[in-house]
Amino acid sequence: MRYRLGIDVGGTNTDAVILDNKNKVIAKCKEATTADVSSGIKKAVDTVLHSSRINPSDIADAMLGTTHATNAIVERKGLSKVGVIRLSAPSGFGIPPFVEWPSDILEAIQYSYEIVKGGYEYNGALISKTDKEEITKALRIIKDKGAEALAVSCVFSPVNSEQEKLVQELAVGVLGKEFPVTLSHEIGSIGLIERENAAILNAAIRRLAENAYGSFQNVLKEHGILADLFITQNDGTLMSIEYAKKYPVLTIASGPTNSLRGAAFLSGIKDAIVIDVGGTTTDVGVLSKGFPRESSTAVEIGGVRTNFRMPDLLTIGLGGGSLVDLKKEPITVGPKSVGFRIHTEALIFGGSTLTATDVAVAARMYKLGDPARVAVLKKEETNKTVQVIREMVEEVIDKMKVSAGDVPVIVVGGGSILVPEKLKGASEVIKPEHFEVANAIGAAIAQVSGSLDGVFDVATKGRDAVLAEVKESAKIEAIKAGAEPDSVEIVELEEIPLAYLPSNAVRFRVKAVGDLKH
Amino acid sequence: MQYLEEGDLDYIGIGAAILGAGGGGDPYVGKLMAKQAIKKHGKVKLITTDEVPDDALIIPSAMMGAPAVMLEKLPNGNEPEIAFRSLEKYLGKKAYAVLSIEAGGLNSCIPIYTAACLGLPIVDADGMGRAFPELPMVTFSVAGMSSTPMVVCDEKGNKMLLETVSNDWSEILARTATVAMGLASMISIYCLDGMSLKKYGVKGTISLAKNIGERIVRANKSKTNPIDSILEVTKGYRLFDGKIVDIRRDLTTGFIRGEVTIEGMDNDKGSTFKLFFQNENLLGLKNGKPAAITPDLITVIDREKGFPITTESLKYGRRCTVIGMPCDPFWRTEAGIRQVGPRYFKYDFDYVPIEELVKEI
Repeated sequence: MRYRLGIDVGGTNTDAVILDNKNKVIAKCKEATTADVSSGIKKAVDTVLHSSRINPSDIADAMLGTTHATNAIVERKGLSKVGVIRLSAPSGFGIPPFVEWPSDILEAIQYSYEIVKGGYEYNGALISKTDKEEITKALRIIKDKGAEALAVSCVFSPVNSEQEKLVQELAVGVLGKEFPVTLSHEIGSIGLIERENAAILNAAIRRLAENAYGSFQNVLKEHGILADLFITQNDGTLMSIEYAKKYPVLTIASGPTNSLRGAAFLSGIKDAIVIDVGGTTTDVGVLSKGFPRESSTAVEIGGVRTNFRMPDLLTIGLGGGSLVDLKKEPITVGPKSVGFRIHTEALIFGGSTLTATDVAVAARMYKLGDPARVAVLKKEETNKTVQVIREMVEEVIDKMKVSAGDVPVIVVGGGSILVPEKLKGASEVIKPEHFEVANAIGAAIAQVSGSLDGVFDVATKGRDAVLAEVKESAKIEAIKAGAEPDSVEIVELEEIPLAYLPSNAVRFRVKAVGDLKH
Repeated sequence: MQYLEEGDLDYIGIGAAILGAGGGGDPYVGKLMAKQAIKKHGKVKLITTDEVPDDALIIPSAMMGAPAVMLEKLPNGNEPEIAFRSLEKYLGKKAYAVLSIEAGGLNSCIPIYTAACLGLPIVDADGMGRAFPELPMVTFSVAGMSSTPMVVCDEKGNKMLLETVSNDWSEILARTATVAMGLASMISIYCLDGMSLKKYGVKGTISLAKNIGERIVRANKSKTNPIDSILEVTKGYRLFDGKIVDIRRDLTTGFIRGEVTIEGMDNDKGSTFKLFFQNENLLGLKNGKPAAITPDLITVIDREKGFPITTESLKYGRRCTVIGMPCDPFWRTEAGIRQVGPRYFKYDFDYVPIEELVKEI
């Protein structure tokens, strides 16, 4: 029998699951996340291996979802010094790299940049020819300024990546083979500033990610797990650990995505609203064809504007540990929370703080801890509080809905017990089995993807021919990333005509997804 | 004396997107450029049309083409200056100030950048009071003025000087050049004297954009709804509150023709609003009856925060408020309606001012 191990490292908990080859959950656990991350992972792996009693060498694939990268950027911790080469001259001087970055992160990565000749027009024609000598000189300047990592951007590199690759080749000669180089086309889509920003952030956290993922590999080795290792990215698909070490920034926001994907898998429903109730907050997202609906606005990470395709989430301050204030009129729930201290501070666990979980137990929505400790609560008060929670959830469901009709609502996460069985706007409320580890399951079942983003001239070839071409390219990318060819399908296709032009220039964004090949 | 400072650009960016009536392109790139230029060269003097001598030469500065391309191929930064100085040289006269040709969208910020680089004042006015897609759709054109001599310039240093027989020809030739230059160019166009500017310019539009943006940002800081405050300063109307339930974009003609259906909420519960757009929002029907018609401005804004939603980012499920704002009176003349009225955009309606329409809906 071949098994899969899924691990999700969140801010509070590290969850792990083992699935068999029919995707049945055979072991699951929730452990506290540790400051060093890897000892929390170690503990979780210990627990699931122990309870499943399987032979560790039968685990064929291991998937990890982690927020490591995001935290490093937000906290400005352990960042490398980054040098940037932008291939754009004579364009691009109007807005050089690092414009509008917060000063504290600039200090942390001690920036330097060089703008050199290069770049493409929308149709792939050259803006200007690259000059190897100029690039080599720029690389030397960046080296002299003490850069520890290099980010390379190029105009319309999502359309043609050759020039960025040329810089990578030349960098070997100047900076050495081991020097970390990040190419922007591997990360972002159209929008030079945002894509370049993402590449710079990636360069800054590479060293850190290499260490983190390296220690993850070690944890598994120590347990006799010889599986292929994968890291989940923000679109809910996988990258190999070797690729993840090079492009760690792609893991940003993978946590909520894993929850959404896990919810789809556990419930068997592909179009629904998913409510993930944690200890402090509740994330609400939308599943469309089994994948998270993505946000259309620019995303700021640690104050830096990027164009990652993040799941479209609404977050409210409601969680299992939310403080309940009965004295307020109306009664308030959250946003303050006891968070991970719930196991000591909530009334039912012997503490002295009234939390949302206490109220859920008092209202007999769930059995947990010592119900006698909440017997003092008046029925009227618990009913009112449950109503407040209900209204908070119903409001956010209504905000996320895309049509007037009722939709299925899937509830997952440790704090799921707070959510009532019936909700306005929901055709049904589903709390699937294993709801508390949906995120680790989402990681375990993740697929692989390929995507394409570019501007195409539909006048010459015709729209249908271009459409067929872009779809095929995305599928090929997915297969290259390790997808089983027969399982690959197009899950996203966006066609955005460029405004103010009669030339039939259309931007296509396509994504293909398939099952991991064995 | 008024000056535009770095921080003002954040307000102008937001306000200009409201005046863009769904189009005009994301002001982001222009905003960043203008902020940088002000940081480098100092704040920009903002003068009223009254401060411009009648015989002074005024040269507008703008970008042409697809704003979306400019998000990828960023300008070199010297194009606007080259276009501007080339026209000065051709005319043999120094300009008194820079002017915006289009108050809505990206072109609100480009002339501020140009003014900062050149060390010239910018006039608080423009040639549209909103955004429009074609070169002759400018009040100066409707008044019979020529768009040429004009200069089209790219980031490589290519520049073309055009003298055309009509503004329609300027549109065709400049657009063709812009496509060849990689879908985006910088232009200087419609140079005019102070007297004509006073007669035909749409006045106060830069300070209006700044005012709108500032109101939205302030309201968000104090967690109040900015919509009434926007309507107050634009003399606009709240046309509809609802949620986008359907959106269609038809590309078969080569141009985008779109149609959005919004289902009513709150006071509009049970009603339906249909919004027709091309590059900009052009026609709004509430329960089948016209609520606002081009050239009056129709803008879709985020229901809670009041931020503008462009036609490119209209999405299924978004909660929005549709507002309508009266256009400059000059557009309401017979010649104005012929140039930018509903029939020009192939909608089978007669133009009726928004003030009249809102009485009926």
